[in-house]
Amino acid sequence: MSMDYKKFSRRVLCLALLMPVSTVAAELTVAVASNFTAPAKYLAEEFEAQSEHQVRLVFGSSGRFFAQISNGAPFDLFFSADQEKPQELIENGLAIDDSLFTYALGGLVLWSRDEQLIQSSPAVLSSNQFSRLSIANARHAPYGIAAEEVLSNLNLLANLQSKLVRGENIAQTFQFVFTGNAELGFVAKSQVYQDDILISGSAWQVTEDLYSPIRQDAVLLQRASTNDAALAFLAFVRSSRGRSIIRSYGYVVGD
Amino acid sequence: MNVSNHTANQISVAINHKLSERGGRTFNLDVDLDLPAKGITAVFGESGSGKTTLLRCIAGLETSSHGEIRVRGVVWQRETDFIPCHQRRVGYVFQESSLFPHLNVKKNIAFGISRSPSQLDTEHYHEIIELMGLASLLQQYPDQLSGGERQRAAIARALIIEPDLLLMDEPLASLDMKRKQEILPYLESVHEKLDVPIIYVTHSIDEVARLADYLVVLEEGKVIANGGLKEVLSNIEHPLHLGEETGVVVEAEVRERDSEWNLIRATFEGGELWIRDGGDEIGHNIRIRILARDVSLALSEHTDTSIINRLRVEVEKIQYVVGQSMLLVSLKAGNSTIIARLSRRSAHHLNINEGMEVWAQIKGVAILR
Amino acid sequence: MGFSEADIGAILLTLRLATTVTILLLLFGAPLAWWLARTSSRFKGPIGALIALPLVLPPTVLGFYLLLALGPNGPIGQFTQSLGLGTFAFSYSGLVIGSIFYSLPFVVQPLQNAFDAVGERPLEVAATLGAGPVDRFFSIALPLAKPGFFTAAVLGFAHTVGEFGVVLMIGGNIPGETRVVSVQIYDHVEALAYDQANQLALLMVVFSFLILLSVYGMQKKSHRQVLRFSQ
Repeated sequence: MSMDYKKFSRRVLCLALLMPVSTVAAELTVAVASNFTAPAKYLAEEFEAQSEHQVRLVFGSSGRFFAQISNGAPFDLFFSADQEKPQELIENGLAIDDSLFTYALGGLVLWSRDEQLIQSSPAVLSSNQFSRLSIANARHAPYGIAAEEVLSNLNLLANLQSKLVRGENIAQTFQFVFTGNAELGFVAKSQVYQDDILISGSAWQVTEDLYSPIRQDAVLLQRASTNDAALAFLAFVRSSRGRSIIRSYGYVVGD
Repeated sequence: MNVSNHTANQISVAINHKLSERGGRTFNLDVDLDLPAKGITAVFGESGSGKTTLLRCIAGLETSSHGEIRVRGVVWQRETDFIPCHQRRVGYVFQESSLFPHLNVKKNIAFGISRSPSQLDTEHYHEIIELMGLASLLQQYPDQLSGGERQRAAIARALIIEPDLLLMDEPLASLDMKRKQEILPYLESVHEKLDVPIIYVTHSIDEVARLADYLVVLEEGKVIANGGLKEVLSNIEHPLHLGEETGVVVEAEVRERDSEWNLIRATFEGGELWIRDGGDEIGHNIRIRILARDVSLALSEHTDTSIINRLRVEVEKIQYVVGQSMLLVSLKAGNSTIIARLSRRSAHHLNINEGMEVWAQIKGVAILR
Repeated sequence: MGFSEADIGAILLTLRLATTVTILLLLFGAPLAWWLARTSSRFKGPIGALIALPLVLPPTVLGFYLLLALGPNGPIGQFTQSLGLGTFAFSYSGLVIGSIFYSLPFVVQPLQNAFDAVGERPLEVAATLGAGPVDRFFSIALPLAKPGFFTAAVLGFAHTVGEFGVVLMIGGNIPGETRVVSVQIYDHVEALAYDQANQLALLMVVFSFLILLSVYGMQKKSHRQVLRFSQ
């Protein structure tokens, strides 16, 4: 991974040196997993401010993007919510192998709108204080897989099975809790934390030993292999400024 | 409001109801009528005169009408009392075929029976089925019937419930000439054999002349003439805008048949007439129509003419219409009245005056029934 | 090939949901359509428009508001809680409620058209033959509007089967409770299980085609029947 990264960044650097500073303004289209909506917007805004390029963001589910890219959708970059889909695109020859990198690690949070319900611990899960627990669909949503792992490690999965309601993605999982239809749920840290401060309600930040890291990978798509704007945006996301933006939304980013 | 003595032999209808006509023009249907509770009362008028609305008000289908309706002593409507249509003992035959398409003839007819408060009289049932010639059609569905058959079934359906009043809204208007001729005898036998009073709306003076006993003429929602058929038709002071159709109806009896010339002799109150033989038996009563345009006048009896019917009559009234070249003269023949139409010039030339005795020459007579 | 147990569960649940919703909609929809077809009330327009809203609104809008309404602070949620029934989101009952709103126009509009086509005349005829208002509805309006009932039932059923956005919003993907076929297909696609998605999707295509075929066949027939009455 780090090898790839070095190789790739060298290439980006070379490109940057070869190009005149004021490159021709270009446009790029980025498919972004919906959990990454807010940071992606912020990143695009700053990137546009310091370059001549225009970024078009498209938000949606990673599974749908995968199907669309496989069928010729005009995206230049793909920010997936998991690792499998970018990997599969590479194997299918639709994405560029050495561009693959993990842009963020999602944090899982047990959250409720009720300020009293969660006492910064999983204790509430073994109580009778709720009738619905919202999690993302573990069949295809990485946050759902993580949530089931947590419940399984706490030996609660079987007991809570009848209380589980499943959102199709992490945005919907959050919506179920936000509207009060489920009292609590496993949501993305980025949805309820801003600059490491809980925005509202009560929460327990799930300890990292209870679930495998939720790695979110990005990849440059084949059709954009020579798209300067796409390369420049990737470089920006990996810059220290880019990483601090992502971090400010509650994601963990490697150094 | 009508305050006349009301008996079980009367139908009184006093109605005020707003009508809106095509073109956005509105006027009120405003009638106050006492009608006999027997025979056929024809309501005659041009389209848009309010005839159908009058029937609908009587049936209770117009729920916003004001007034008072009493039929054979039963109040159907008065001030705030409004008996809804389905509780009035009324039969209604609509202009177009109104059989229920999902029921066969038998079930169409049975529809009213099962909802009637009175017990079905099987004799009455068979009488109606026979009268309307439906025995072989009972299992048929409406779309398997001709227009005339459908209308006969609709009439039977309305009659079978023994209504106190039968309302018919131009029941022949949707039929062609041939079908009309096919239905008319059925209507006449209803008239002869059943004692249900009928209010019959039509814009055809032929149907009026043939069927009616009593006549109401409507114009723009108002009654402009009202009375026994013969009286209304022979009253030249209220011309009915019939034009070429102006004429009278008289009842006569067949007396003699002249097979050689294919004629019959019929007598009426005002004399006798030779008429083309239509096959009526001697002794039968027939209704004949004499149009004003077929009657001319002479000061003396002329035998040297092709006209065989000549009656000695007395000039009763002369009706001039300003600006027109023709005038109408009503003539007393015994107790009957006939009308002649003359040019004003001829009237002037003959110097005709009321009270004068003249000869009426009748060019044509039609047997109605 | 062959459907998995989960797929069959979703198919059976979908059929049960569509049947329940269709029956309820015919029961509630018929008087509503009858009223709409005959009233001259000034509320006719607004109520007709309200019923038709699901035709033009994205199902997600309806689903979103239903989610809010069914929730513990929403009006329906408050009501069901006061009856001691809890909240209805993520339950079969909640799905039935959502589907009733969603499929309402598909049932009410064909019924209203059918009642309109029956017209005043047969009802007036029935009144002159002694039938009161309720009698007229059952003995004349219903039988004459029968083709409309068929169309309404088929469209309501089919539309409920095809419902996705609303279910997604208020369903919660619970097997045997809220995981219907359309959601199952979505999950298959998301999980890159394209073969399974294809099987179920094909089933939906064939089903929908047959449904529409029967409706068009029926409409031709009912058109003839309407003509028959006006002869």
